[in-house]
Amino acid sequence: MRDAFIRGLVAAAEKHPNLWLLCGDLGYSVLDDFKARFPERYVNVGVAEQNMAGIAAGIALSGGMVFCYSIGNFPTLRCIEQIRNDICYHGANVKIVAVGGGLAYGQQGYTHHAIEDLAVMASLPGMKVAAPGDPLEVEQILQTFLEDDGPCYLRLGKAGEPRIHAKPPRILKGHPVPVVAGKDALLLSTGGMLATARQAIDLLRDRGIMAGLASMPFLKPVDNPALLHVIGDIPLLCTLEEHGPYGGLRDAVARILIGETRLRPQLLPFHIREHSIKGMVGTQDQLRAAAGLDAATIAAAIENNLRHSHAAEHA
Amino acid sequence: MTATIEPIQTFARAIRAHALRMVAAAHASHIGSCLSIADILAVLYGSILNVDPSRPRWEGRDRLIVSKGHAAAIVYAALAERGFFPISLLDSYCREGSPLAGHVTHVHVPGVEVSTGSLGHGLSIGCGMALAAKRTGQSYAVHVLLSDGECDEGSIWEAALFAPHHRLDNLVVTVDYNGIQSFGSVKEVLDLDPFIDKWRAFGWQACEIDGHDVTALLEAYRQRPDGKPRVIIARTIKGKGVSFMENQLAWHYKSPKAEELAQALAEVAESVRGAA
Repeated sequence: MRDAFIRGLVAAAEKHPNLWLLCGDLGYSVLDDFKARFPERYVNVGVAEQNMAGIAAGIALSGGMVFCYSIGNFPTLRCIEQIRNDICYHGANVKIVAVGGGLAYGQQGYTHHAIEDLAVMASLPGMKVAAPGDPLEVEQILQTFLEDDGPCYLRLGKAGEPRIHAKPPRILKGHPVPVVAGKDALLLSTGGMLATARQAIDLLRDRGIMAGLASMPFLKPVDNPALLHVIGDIPLLCTLEEHGPYGGLRDAVARILIGETRLRPQLLPFHIREHSIKGMVGTQDQLRAAAGLDAATIAAAIENNLRHSHAAEHA
Repeated sequence: MTATIEPIQTFARAIRAHALRMVAAAHASHIGSCLSIADILAVLYGSILNVDPSRPRWEGRDRLIVSKGHAAAIVYAALAERGFFPISLLDSYCREGSPLAGHVTHVHVPGVEVSTGSLGHGLSIGCGMALAAKRTGQSYAVHVLLSDGECDEGSIWEAALFAPHHRLDNLVVTVDYNGIQSFGSVKEVLDLDPFIDKWRAFGWQACEIDGHDVTALLEAYRQRPDGKPRVIIARTIKGKGVSFMENQLAWHYKSPKAEELAQALAEVAESVRGAA
């Protein structure tokens, strides 16, 4: 995802002479191409995220479109008030990009787990929030950000994530992206959980359960009719997110469903429960598994839920 | 020189009086912080800043970011006196439906560059504006007005490192060094001294002047850029111009009652004759 983003950003900088890239002394070697080609629009501000956010606002208020690039929680939580006051309140054209969203920096420990970012960023007025599911989604979302003249947040994984979509999907702001159709359940996945979700529906199919899959790259805005259309009359709706339980995909979906009188699927959420991986060391996959976010656990929980519902109906 | 100074002093008296009336009518706080920067604002808006009230967003304008956003009343007063909006609007300060909030707010207020109020934000924004000007070949200056207490914020020093590194000599910081912050004197709460040495060590061209001396302020602002960002440490008196408010921490919080307002306005008016 990271590489798809950088490629797209360099191409965008060719087209947009006001596009700047700021980094907080992170992104070693991956930003070299941008820096070499657009030195006048590149700044490594140093290890100073509050300053980076304020500088970004200042450049944006002077006509720039500014991308702020760093990892994990640094470009978001560390400077949240600068983002709220200096960027969002002024409607500044600043795009905040965090690499290593979720548990991508698993072994690096708690400080590097970015699992509250979506909630925090989505709470800010005017901020658009996206977490693409594969490299093809990154390219498309970057385009929607370039067309937006206000603040946006992009949560990326790291590098080397598989492509899930067969061909580049057309992504409209706030719309879910259907991947696989299915009648028994629908998995809605945001961010890097898309590959795991894909594995889970394959496991379910082997057990005779036809589960569908849609990616939800946008946490904010969410296009309600588009989402409800994808949900249709599915009996079981599962949300998958590499994020804490509050303010993420589960809550975004629940907020929409609670206003719906026609559609009321059962909601089965998969997320990282508070402190569920506290003190554990492991790779991204190992920590996801510890949090119950691996394909086998997800598939088993869905199967179990459907069998119980079925049994209840026939009791 | 007198010809230049007198209109600035008149401007300063006018905005002191406006701020006193505004704060009294709204039962608002921070009058001490307002009076402290009256002469600085009068010099900036009266002589230094290249701005055009008929085109508040004109691209070539000089920028002023008042990072100590709690001094909002006198900032609005200065903008109104400079012609950005009618002076009558000042009467609505902090009232329901008014655009004039208790901390500097840009929304619907012509002439305000950025909204401030949480301390420690303005210098970074100023760095961004100054860097953008440098890199896009524009010649405007960026001014940032800080309070001394605000310099407790770490973000100020992040920006203080950044500006000299990028040779932002189009950036001018004024620190309103009145020596009093929320809970007491700067010395007692969190000592900044040796203050000027800190800025110099960070790579700034620094000077220290009397922040109520119009001539000294003019001279400091007219220094030519020489590759470094500049900081003017303006030694000021909190509550300056009203005897019973001067150097009194209480006037960071209190709002003048009717008799106090009358006396304060009389003293500010009296200073006309005093200065003449």
